[in-house]
Amino acid sequence: MDYTVAALKTFLIFFVVINIVPLLIWLERKGAAYIQDRRGPNRAAIFGVRLGGLIHSLNDVVKLLFKEDIIPSHVNKPLFILAPMIAMFVATITMAVIPFGDPVVIGSHAPFLLQVADLNVGLLYVFAVSSLGVYGVMLAGWAANNKYALLGGLRSAAQMVSYEVSMGLSVVGIFLMAGSLRLSDIVNQQGANLFHWNIFLQPVAFFIFLAALFAETNRLPFDLPEGESELVAGFHVEYSSMKFALFFMAEYAHIIVGSCIIATLFFGGWNIPFVSSEWIKMNADLVLKILWMGLGLFSVVGGSLLCRRFKKQRYGDLRDFEPLVFGVPGVLTGFGLLGLFAIFGNKVFLPEWGPSVLLAAIQIGVFLAKVLFFCFFFIWVRWTLPRFRYDQLMKLGWKIMLPLALANILVTAWVALVN
Amino acid sequence: MQAYFPIAVLFGIGIALSGGFVLLSTFIGKKRPTPEKMGPYECGLDPIGSPRQRFSVKFYLIAMLFILFDIEVVFLYPWALVFKDFKAAGLGPLIFGEMVVFLIVLGGGLIYVWKRSALEWE
Repeated sequence: MDYTVAALKTFLIFFVVINIVPLLIWLERKGAAYIQDRRGPNRAAIFGVRLGGLIHSLNDVVKLLFKEDIIPSHVNKPLFILAPMIAMFVATITMAVIPFGDPVVIGSHAPFLLQVADLNVGLLYVFAVSSLGVYGVMLAGWAANNKYALLGGLRSAAQMVSYEVSMGLSVVGIFLMAGSLRLSDIVNQQGANLFHWNIFLQPVAFFIFLAALFAETNRLPFDLPEGESELVAGFHVEYSSMKFALFFMAEYAHIIVGSCIIATLFFGGWNIPFVSSEWIKMNADLVLKILWMGLGLFSVVGGSLLCRRFKKQRYGDLRDFEPLVFGVPGVLTGFGLLGLFAIFGNKVFLPEWGPSVLLAAIQIGVFLAKVLFFCFFFIWVRWTLPRFRYDQLMKLGWKIMLPLALANILVTAWVALVN
Repeated sequence: MQAYFPIAVLFGIGIALSGGFVLLSTFIGKKRPTPEKMGPYECGLDPIGSPRQRFSVKFYLIAMLFILFDIEVVFLYPWALVFKDFKAAGLGPLIFGEMVVFLIVLGGGLIYVWKRSALEWE
């Protein structure tokens, strides 16, 4: 029974995280568009409903699945096929130790963990597994038997291993303060006080970790492995169809998992600033009412804003009615919620398990909000900063970040000793 | 052991997902190979020479440095974990001093590598 529950939970968490990938691809394209002052994807539609271009991500999956899967004659075939699988596999299994909330305790049952596995080696597992990702990139570059791919793979391998050292060193200060590698311990140690979050206690570590994470995921300021203008696409030039998509998905999955790790290590994980979990549990009824009212008001305001757009924009086709499709139900739901609140608001009492479940839901929501913000941050940086030169990249990694991380450990240890 | 069962499940999911996608695209996609498609992609030009050429020794050096420094990082983790326990037992200065010595050796290695210009890429 226990095993069934654990397996189902694993599936569920995997499903949630992997479904952020298409969302993130949409966010990337749309965010890039707005940063560059254009509209971005907005054509694909299902029955005239375009969802602001969200359908494009769905279309991409279908398109990539049906594309011709080219395996060029000059490649090393087993490794060529294995490489994208490694990349995706590594990105998938890294999410295992991320805690999405406090363990839920209902009555006398055993606590239900809101994470795949609560390992005492926590972050060590993340580093151990995520560093395997370099194999995918290197094998892809080597097996493709193409000059661009080889150069991309080489660059990427050198860059990833260089920044891994700084990344590993930057978090030593956090372990020192938490006294544990378990991610839930690190979150609990930060607590609900905003100024006890590691972003304030370990700002240097945060910036080193962030920069190293960008380098590990091969994102823009450090995207030399794929530098379009010099290497076409780097290590995945020869890939097509779903094998290319696997690399693509792996990159985004890495971003999501990386954002989760940042939120956990530096931004208090599931904690809400200045609102402690105990307070929410004690005042569950009040919190539920506030959420209920808030959701109702939000639906009404959002729906009516959408309805106003219906009056403003005239295309003369189905597009005109798109704001109404979401606006009218939004307003109606909002009024419904508010009406129900007015009638039943004071008569609703939570059952015994209510506060725990409500708390878990709030914590998961807060955690996902933080994660999505960092996902957006990745996109924001990508479309804002130019690319490094290779010698600058290596200089930053070895000559600036590595000594800085070492100094950070010394200072943290000294402060911990004196206090 | 029970804690690791979900991880085994996740490994299974990962293998199934990546393998499944590769298999799917192999079976679904049409295959119309042409000599141009099957050749190496170099923006339409014929490649000159083999791609299996010697590459800069710098990459090799970086890989070696990575192994050295990353192992030092692994040594630092247990130290950081037991720091508070040692401090509570009144051995704070001892564990701090030990690590200062370790970091000096590590920093010395970094400075040596730096001075031997193993980190120069210009």
